[in-house]
Amino acid sequence: MQLVSEGPEMNNRHTLSVLVENKPGVLARIAGMFSRRGYNIHSLAVGPTEVPQVSRLTIVVGTEATRLEQVIKQLNKLVNVLKIVELDPSDSVELETQLVKVTAEAEHRSQIIELADVFRAHIVDVDHESITIEATGTAGDLERMVALLEPFGIREMVRSGTIALARGSRSITDGSKVRMQRVV
Amino acid sequence: MQVTGAQAVMKSLEALGVHDVFGYPGGAILPAYDPLIEADIRHILVRHEQGAIHAAEGYAHVTGEVGVCIVTSGPAATNLVTGLCDALMDSVPVLAITGQVASTAIGSDAFQEADVTGITMPVTKHNELVTTVERIPAAIKEAYHIAESGRPGPVLVDIPKDLLNQTFEWAWPEHIDLPGYRPTVRGHGRMVREAVELIGTASKPVIYAGGGITRAAASDELIEFAELLELPVVTTLNARGVIPENHDLAVGMPGMHGHYAAVKALQESDLLVALGTRFDDRVTGDLASFAPHAKVIHVDIDPAEIGKNRAVDVPIVGDAKVVIGQLISAATDRLDRVKPDAAAWREHIVTMKREHPLRCDQPETGPIKPQTAIRAIHATWGDDAVYVAGVGQHQMWSSQVIPWSRPRQWINSGGLGTMGFAVPAAIGAKVGAPDRPVVAIDGDGCFQMTFQEIAAAVQFEIPVVFAVINNGFLGMVRQWQHLFYDDRLSEVTLPQDCPDLVKLADAYGIPGFRATTIEELQNVLDKAHQITDQSMIIDIRVDPDEMVFPMIPAGRPNDEIIESVEEYRARAAGE
Repeated sequence: MQLVSEGPEMNNRHTLSVLVENKPGVLARIAGMFSRRGYNIHSLAVGPTEVPQVSRLTIVVGTEATRLEQVIKQLNKLVNVLKIVELDPSDSVELETQLVKVTAEAEHRSQIIELADVFRAHIVDVDHESITIEATGTAGDLERMVALLEPFGIREMVRSGTIALARGSRSITDGSKVRMQRVV
Repeated sequence: MQVTGAQAVMKSLEALGVHDVFGYPGGAILPAYDPLIEADIRHILVRHEQGAIHAAEGYAHVTGEVGVCIVTSGPAATNLVTGLCDALMDSVPVLAITGQVASTAIGSDAFQEADVTGITMPVTKHNELVTTVERIPAAIKEAYHIAESGRPGPVLVDIPKDLLNQTFEWAWPEHIDLPGYRPTVRGHGRMVREAVELIGTASKPVIYAGGGITRAAASDELIEFAELLELPVVTTLNARGVIPENHDLAVGMPGMHGHYAAVKALQESDLLVALGTRFDDRVTGDLASFAPHAKVIHVDIDPAEIGKNRAVDVPIVGDAKVVIGQLISAATDRLDRVKPDAAAWREHIVTMKREHPLRCDQPETGPIKPQTAIRAIHATWGDDAVYVAGVGQHQMWSSQVIPWSRPRQWINSGGLGTMGFAVPAAIGAKVGAPDRPVVAIDGDGCFQMTFQEIAAAVQFEIPVVFAVINNGFLGMVRQWQHLFYDDRLSEVTLPQDCPDLVKLADAYGIPGFRATTIEELQNVLDKAHQITDQSMIIDIRVDPDEMVFPMIPAGRPNDEIIESVEEYRARAAGE
């Protein structure tokens, strides 16, 4: 598995929502499968769902279409994987969250806060020398914000993997095999 | 009824109908070996854990049932890795139970601790580290089910020692709940109809049958289907015998060392009907030039195999036995339309078979050709016997020259190419098929990797013929060095007398034979054939210069098939 940085193959990106049984080692199985078969993961986020026994992974994969089919099929072979849906970027909400600690001399402070406002970001920590900004948005939004903050001096930053949901009222957890686990 | 975790392991195996297990005790699995004494289970004590799992594979190959092995933690479990990978590659149903250090010690680098579920994740179909004693029966039942269903494969259950010692109220789960595991068995009706319609349009159709036919026990259906539409059939290394070699429609084995007619039939075909096979590189050679004019119908129970290596025109996910049954019904309904007009094509294949036989000139005096030895072995033990090979020249020659007549008659390590497979796998096969003669046709290199298991064959009275095709070299490596490295031989010599295999037989207390000439060969085999209640070693000294042909050099187009060393040299000189 190669964690790839932003590259020209942006249009080869596919966002997969993967429902898995919440069991030990599931993440290792998935990461291991990607590694063994040489597939690229751009980002990976994992967390609970509304069903306690089910976790949801959002995996952004960088690959062309035929290989994507293999990725999905190989994922499906894992016994703990319940369901995989590829999200259509034009019909889903995809977001990442970022924390950026920016050097903030007194004379730059208001400028930085203004910038954060433009990106609908929040100030989550302040001290005499720095401001920490939390922003949620698309990868592109976050990159533009970071580019504008860069001249002030970025001390450190962290970014989550992409999380995504399809637009509209549909739910991928509606499938029967997932449903049967739902706590009534 | 209160039972210990250890008792639960044995009760679970009994509930699953397991009669034979292959194993080796040790620290963490010790509690399970106590109730084993009373259990209605025969335990074969191997001499190395790799032997346990290959024996379980041999058992599974010959019976079609799940082979079971039990070993302890740490080094014992890591010794299973090769066999697990072998079983995964060849879709062999195996259940491996491993002891683990106490759950309180996991993660502390305790004595004989290894992260076994972590290590074996990529070489198992599934695995589980059991975390409560109550979970033991369900974990074993689920593992067994996963191993034998869908695309079969190895499943490992790792059980910490403290759980084996805890007690709980015994309960055998009625149902198992695997919401993420639902293999598709029945083929899609529309795809099945499309498939038979496509066959009807073909003029050069060929069935490309793989190990899935054996695994699905679909040999009868395959033959019926092939006969119904008069489709020629090539059988891969793992499918040899699913149609008898002497059947009019049988074309032989495709691939790197396949029969000329089988290789060419695939290359020239306009429609491949791929059944339970995976377009392995040893069959396709250079993928881009493989069967370039062929459309493809691909039937496999593993959806991931469809379209993995070769684009497919009609994909059908399902069990080979069921889907071929569907294909037969669909074809029967519209036979006049879907029976392809391919008489000329079949005639062409028959001509190729006649004009391009395997070449092997056995001189009347002079060294035994390995092919002669293998033919004589088959002539001696016949079609009832099970033949088991390792990996290399002896394996390819056996697959080529024996006229396979039924499925499960031929057991070898295909996908992983595991040297040392034959000795333990043959022992496992004999346990699974006690009424058939079992003959390991092994190479001298392979044999020396695992022959310690002969002790288990002797101790547990499992009579197996160990016939060593002894050419004093790592023959296949030598062949490549000869052909592709200008005959610069590097580390391929294994002295024919070291060890002395007749003395080795003596050391194990079993008969040992040696044949160095054609006359000796026949005498020795006649004598050996009289012995049915004892294992034996037959040391057959063969011509070390004999090479496996036909051959398609790795990664080359299959059109470049070379039928003899003379042809190879002529081509090399011409280039």
